[in-house]
Amino acid sequence: MSNEVIYDSIVIGGGVIGCSIARYLSRFKGSFLVIERHNDVGDETSSANSAIVHSGYDPKPGTLKARFNVEGNRMMENLASELDVPYKKIGSITIALNDDDLATLKSLKERAIINGVDAEFLTKEETITIEPNINKNIVGSLYCKDAGIISPFSLTVSLMENAMDNGVYLKLNTEIVEIKKEGDVYRVKDQNGNFYSAKTLINATGVNSEVVTKYLEEPSFHITPTKGEYILLDHFNTQWVKHTLFMCPSKVGKGVLVSPTTSYNYIVGPSATLTEIGDTSCDADTYAFLREKAKNLVDNIPYFETIKGFAGVRANNDREDFIIEESNKNPGFFLVCGIMSPGLASSPAIGKYVSELVKTKLNLKENKKFNPRIRPHKNLLEMNLNSYNALIKQEPDFGHFVCRCEKVSEGEIEDVINRNCGAHTIRGVRKRTRAGFGKCQGTFCQLEVLKILSKELHIDMKEINYGDLGTNILISDSKEEK
Amino acid sequence: MENIELAIIGGGSAGLAAAISAYDNGVKNIVIFEREDRLGGILNQCIHNGFGLHTFKEELTGPEYAARFIDEFNKRGIEAKLNTLVLSLSKEKILTYSNSKEGVTQVKAQSVIFAAGCNERTRGQILIPGNRPKGVFTAGLAQKYLNIEGYLVGKNIYILGSGDIGLIMARRMTLEGCKVIGVSELMPYSNGLNRNIVQCLQDYNIPLKLHNTVTRIFGKDKLEAIEICDVDDKLRPIKGHEEIIKCDCLLLSVGLYPFNVLLNQAGVEVNMKTKGSAVDQNLETSIDGVFSCGNVLHVHDLVDFVSEEGTLAGKNASVYIKNPDRKISCIVNVNSGNNLGYVLPNRIRVTDDLKEVTFSFRVRKPIKKGTIYIKDGDAIIKKQFKSFLIPSEMEHVVLKDVDFKTFTELTVSVEETI
Repeated sequence: MSNEVIYDSIVIGGGVIGCSIARYLSRFKGSFLVIERHNDVGDETSSANSAIVHSGYDPKPGTLKARFNVEGNRMMENLASELDVPYKKIGSITIALNDDDLATLKSLKERAIINGVDAEFLTKEETITIEPNINKNIVGSLYCKDAGIISPFSLTVSLMENAMDNGVYLKLNTEIVEIKKEGDVYRVKDQNGNFYSAKTLINATGVNSEVVTKYLEEPSFHITPTKGEYILLDHFNTQWVKHTLFMCPSKVGKGVLVSPTTSYNYIVGPSATLTEIGDTSCDADTYAFLREKAKNLVDNIPYFETIKGFAGVRANNDREDFIIEESNKNPGFFLVCGIMSPGLASSPAIGKYVSELVKTKLNLKENKKFNPRIRPHKNLLEMNLNSYNALIKQEPDFGHFVCRCEKVSEGEIEDVINRNCGAHTIRGVRKRTRAGFGKCQGTFCQLEVLKILSKELHIDMKEINYGDLGTNILISDSKEEK
Repeated sequence: MENIELAIIGGGSAGLAAAISAYDNGVKNIVIFEREDRLGGILNQCIHNGFGLHTFKEELTGPEYAARFIDEFNKRGIEAKLNTLVLSLSKEKILTYSNSKEGVTQVKAQSVIFAAGCNERTRGQILIPGNRPKGVFTAGLAQKYLNIEGYLVGKNIYILGSGDIGLIMARRMTLEGCKVIGVSELMPYSNGLNRNIVQCLQDYNIPLKLHNTVTRIFGKDKLEAIEICDVDDKLRPIKGHEEIIKCDCLLLSVGLYPFNVLLNQAGVEVNMKTKGSAVDQNLETSIDGVFSCGNVLHVHDLVDFVSEEGTLAGKNASVYIKNPDRKISCIVNVNSGNNLGYVLPNRIRVTDDLKEVTFSFRVRKPIKKGTIYIKDGDAIIKKQFKSFLIPSEMEHVVLKDVDFKTFTELTVSVEETI
């Protein structure tokens, strides 16, 4: 125990919040560790959400949600550029279907003004002009030009990659089962009996944050896991829907949205049903509910373009706001809990804020070597043809396209395997490159991706997992002794 | 930019036949673009026999059938670019393709034959409720893992859908020592060939549950079980008819659809019923000189017909290349009428030398005794009796010795004879 490393800070939870905290912490001199129980970062809520960078007109003024949403939205463009994350500021349209909705939109516009968010009323005709396929039964809308869309997979992964580039450690497949405070040091134990020690501890475990808090102290909040189911459509036409379309919010929440994604897919959802931690199953009834609700936003949604359905669980909580505070019972224990929607949009601001709390606490110095940028990805769609061809001359694998639905090259897959926080599973490659994300869902490229993983990681194909440990795709050789 | 006479996208059964046929009809400057490292397409993973009964009058395996065409292809010295993906195709017939040797390159073709095959429908597309663990595969992917690479993806298998690949895989996995628990088919009839029901299921005592489907998938990371359930006449699950089945692998054989993305993006008119392109009797799409054939046009049940269609496309492309400014007297649209899932061609471009047109179609439900009608408005042009029409078998009907110029709009239909 005497030679045990004592980190300045351990972040429990490698979702978008934990990774953002880690990335902003890496601006300071110190030793930082992120502990994640899954086989990759961002495998839970961070990869199953609406992928929206909300503008911030919706949260109640004065709440942490309002503050971090607005600030996060303003930070996102620059951050996305530093981290080479697909991001587009496409604007959002919140529709009104009747006079009651119009009244709600009016109060939302007032909120927008207080929150410092640009929002303007559009008439029915103005709305249809900028969004031709919108439901023609609308009576008006609230337009927010600063709303955006982002790849939540890339954001989470690249935050962690950048954190690691700047010296942060990551431990995957490590689930915390116990937290103890010994003097000024926090000691956490994982499922295998290993201990990790730190001067400060940050609980960024999302849906699990109440459970994890309980290891140390009685939580002052309660998480009510809320499932959101979605239908994802193919990129059949880049002009079908151009903005994020919201229903007029009600007491139940922001309701069902229809939005393009950064890859020009379209997303329909979410539902909102109370559930248990870890339940990401989908239901036929919910799919029917989403279809019914989405009719209010767009006419004739082409569901034959469906790629898949999925669900994520939001860390809704009884404070109805983000919980971002230092524990008053345990100094140095930072609660970054119950980060629900608009958590993704808020993640840069939360990361920055929490890192500064830790900096002040530990009196950390600036990390002069901090590089805010990651090594850019090399993707045909984002490069000009000449420089891409020059790349192929040097590295021919960039000319060999493996995923035909999403146009992903072998070189690009090799590149994301060989980075900090690199891909080592089928799912990891999919999240980072979109290979297997398209209409065929990997039917054509999964085998190739397996081979590339096996080659790059120097492990047998049978050892390659789909996602978490023990999810190897190939269970045996057909010719081995039975 | 390099110019070529004929670009063929896809080096499977349709593309190979098209290349050989175009060459034999006088086109010498041909390039096949194939994304895999070898020619033959999906045939390479179909190691069972039963291919080629029509074409060669013998039962070949998939690779054997492919080899016959590859030999002919090689004899003619036609160029094939392997490991090459065509990224886009423009209306001007400029192809952008990429491989590791040439990089991203463009070539302009006088004519293009699109022969890129089909996709399997996935679990995501049919939105099977439940969790999303590993262990759910399309039958074709499991087939590729097993037959090309020599790996098994499960030991206790359940199969949804009685399409031919599902049936073939039921037998194949059984032969590899796996337990194939059963096959569920949503419809009240099988979607596979009869011989496959007998040879792949009945011979191995694998139960086939008709009017039954998978209603839920269980297992957090790994597939643990599925729920199957009977369905009513409207294909809705019947409460109380659920059954939980433990398995580590669910194979899906729930339909194939043309992988037509490249032509869609080029702006080719789509046949909404097949999701392939709309074509005329020469298999020419709405872009002059761009042809479509094989499973990317409409999904076939026998490879022999894919080859035939490829041969036809190759011949017609050669005619187009020699004389791109054909005199077309009129265009007659063709509709699918009663009981038809779809019909091809979608239109007839009438030229002076047009002698006959072959229509291909599938019925939407099994019909024991029927009559195939080809009508021009209300006027019956052709009437043909036919028994045992089923959705899983493509039908063909030939129209000849008629004056196509006189037609306004044709409808093909099947009426049930009771």
